[in-house]
Amino acid sequence: MTPKSQGLLEGIAIWKSYGGDDVLKGVDLKVHEGECLVLIGPSGSGKSTLLKCLNLLEPISSGSIVFQGKEIAGLRRHEASTVRRHIGMVFQSFELFQHLNAEDNIALARIKVLKDEPAQAREMARHLLRKVHLPDKAEFYPDELSGGQQQRVAIARALAMQPALMLYDEPTSALDPETVGEVLDVMQELADDGMTSIVVTHEMSFARRAADRVIFLDGGTIAHSGATEDFFSDEVPERVARFLGRIRA
Amino acid sequence: MLSIFSPHLMLSYLFSLNFAYAALTTIWISLASLLVGMLIGLLLAAGQEIPSRAVRGLIIGYLWLFRGTPVLLQLVFAFNVLPLFHIVLPAYGCAVLALGLNEGAYMTEIMRSGIRAVGPGQRTAARALGFEDRQTMLWVVLPQALRIVIPPIGNQFNGMLKLSALVSVIGVQELLLMADQTASMNFRFLETLTVAGIYYLAMTTILMVIQVFIERACSRRRGRSAKASGLKLFSPANLGMVR
Repeated sequence: MTPKSQGLLEGIAIWKSYGGDDVLKGVDLKVHEGECLVLIGPSGSGKSTLLKCLNLLEPISSGSIVFQGKEIAGLRRHEASTVRRHIGMVFQSFELFQHLNAEDNIALARIKVLKDEPAQAREMARHLLRKVHLPDKAEFYPDELSGGQQQRVAIARALAMQPALMLYDEPTSALDPETVGEVLDVMQELADDGMTSIVVTHEMSFARRAADRVIFLDGGTIAHSGATEDFFSDEVPERVARFLGRIRA
Repeated sequence: MLSIFSPHLMLSYLFSLNFAYAALTTIWISLASLLVGMLIGLLLAAGQEIPSRAVRGLIIGYLWLFRGTPVLLQLVFAFNVLPLFHIVLPAYGCAVLALGLNEGAYMTEIMRSGIRAVGPGQRTAARALGFEDRQTMLWVVLPQALRIVIPPIGNQFNGMLKLSALVSVIGVQELLLMADQTASMNFRFLETLTVAGIYYLAMTTILMVIQVFIERACSRRRGRSAKASGLKLFSPANLGMVR
């Protein structure tokens, strides 16, 4: 996997305030095509907010976001939803549509947003279910699936839009320990296939295996970042070392 | 000389075409009013999500007006006042208009609570997939909200069947008016009102059964279908004994 030099998504000096509260204070970040970026940091450091800003679920207070060579920060509602079709997102709490089975969860956006033929969209959904190793769960409703299975369906649902970029917001934090692995495996397979990804996670083993670069966010700013092998070497700032120590403990 | 209670007379009323037609009138007036109310409720509940003060103000004004005055007043108003403005509707039209507008005010609250009960994460997930607000509401929020509001809507229909007796005051030939008119000819109030009561009870009972079936169908769609279709069909939960 050799990242191309062209940046797929670039955030420049992203500021985000809620009321008088500055959550992000000038974050610069760039992800290249095919790259897997892992975002770590203590809770409240702004990781999730950063992800939501990147796909325009939250408007930024100032700064710039360039996606596929175009400025997307400050787009109007309609154009913003068009941009979001190209950016997949996976949530900590899965958020599968409770009234639809796995197959329809995956096919819904293709049918209603992209106006695909339903039969064609469902065919694609079944293909994606095989890809996330759930070939026999098409008819199952979310409340009949384990957390790990739900999260894999959620990944398939995001993939159905054939996004250029996947954002994962603590995708395994709500899972039982025994199902964490199956979700991380799917994410790694996708990354290995060249899916550009930004992953917020506390799973350092995943970061070591799958990440090209790791970014440590603290108090709304990037406190440290580097290529994965450098990041996990011993020469990291004390703040980062302490955080990593806590995570491992 | 007839006794105080004549079973024969009561049965003849019970199976008379007049009472059957009157019961049909009660049913269709109730159903039409309920549907009008549901439509208004759905539109206004969705409308309350629109971030516009003018829209919200109008909706609140409507709720204030129709929940703050007696439905009987609204009914008589539609029948007697609208013609002054050259809006002349047949009696049953006024009935559905007034009952439907009144019902709409309550349905708005029911639909709104259903919409609110669908977690904000579901909307976020839809938006993240590229759904626009209207599509999110239509394909993600409303299908789940409607399932949540089935029990309260059943209650409203039950209430509406009985509330529709009010339209007798503007001369719509529904059950109560039929009983009243029949009795006014021979003063057999016991028989005529009993027959009307039997019809009301039959209608509300059938409605309850239908509601159990609908709720079961919805929960079955969400529970594992293949396994549930056989034995579980007659479990206490499916018969509505356990909630």
